[in-house]
Amino acid sequence: MRDRYALALGDDALILAQRLGEWVARAPELEEDVALANIALDLLGQARSLLTYAGELEGAGRDEDALAYWRDDRDFRNVLLVELPGGDFAVTMARQLVFAAYQYELYDRLRASTDDTLAAVAGKAVKEVHYHRDHATQWVLRLGDGTDESHRRMAAGLETVWPYVDELFEPFDGADVDPAALREPWQAYVGAVLAEAGLEPPATGQHRTGGRRGLHTEHLGYLLAEMQHLHRSHPGATW
Amino acid sequence: MTSQWPLWEVFVRAKRGLSHIHVGSLHAPDAAMAVRNARDVYTRRGEGVSIWVVPSDQITASSPDEKDAFFDPAGDKVYRHPTFYEVPAEAKHL
Repeated sequence: MRDRYALALGDDALILAQRLGEWVARAPELEEDVALANIALDLLGQARSLLTYAGELEGAGRDEDALAYWRDDRDFRNVLLVELPGGDFAVTMARQLVFAAYQYELYDRLRASTDDTLAAVAGKAVKEVHYHRDHATQWVLRLGDGTDESHRRMAAGLETVWPYVDELFEPFDGADVDPAALREPWQAYVGAVLAEAGLEPPATGQHRTGGRRGLHTEHLGYLLAEMQHLHRSHPGATW
Repeated sequence: MTSQWPLWEVFVRAKRGLSHIHVGSLHAPDAAMAVRNARDVYTRRGEGVSIWVVPSDQITASSPDEKDAFFDPAGDKVYRHPTFYEVPAEAKHL
């Protein structure tokens, strides 16, 4: 059970790290390139710890690389939100706000887990994610409360990611932290940011789900092709 | 981008007791973002405990043309240097 939990949290971090890495050399300014790369590297570090631990718990001899590079999309357990294409900068910031606010509440509670490894990973990661949440908050405030164009784009970004919010809080068998318990504090934080930014939480009737069961969007396959290609072509490659 | 973000000078204090040192400059849309960008660009490897940012256009600098008038007269006046005191070994960062 717990290996599946560690795997799901690790996959969330790994896939979002890959998505954020796509911004490098493409962000609006050099400084933002560096910021997004830093956040991606934080997430990659979390993914490494979590996947390594998931492999140990599974006991089948798979290490972090085996799990990251030798699984196909149906075996990934990340939520759909993190695999969505980056879109424009506002879509990326909308996802960052939604996901970092969720991950912050999650890690904050996971620190008290009876599982020493998960508690240790969470204890380190919660500081990183606190900054990720702040970074996204700063941008959502500026874009939402900026020009007409930035407001329009930020609102459109929220519309894009909102159908994927509910999945974050779905029950997870064997979870150390009940995802449903994160919804209220998440709502309080994100709601306050949106209100200050002059943005409305989108009213969406759509609720997309399936990532935790391996039922992904078409986007994940392309992401994995790029991420896994080198390792599969040259197994064991290092530099 | 039709217009670039304004430029900020970044000062980082390496640890308590030391003063802020100029480490470089960066672009940011406003002061709050400049502090965050400075955190990402200049303190990724544990370089600091405190950051200052200052709008670059708020700095008034001495002119290179005035270099001789400004600095040369200080060159040959050794009696202005406090070199005749013994500095106690315990006084660090003096």
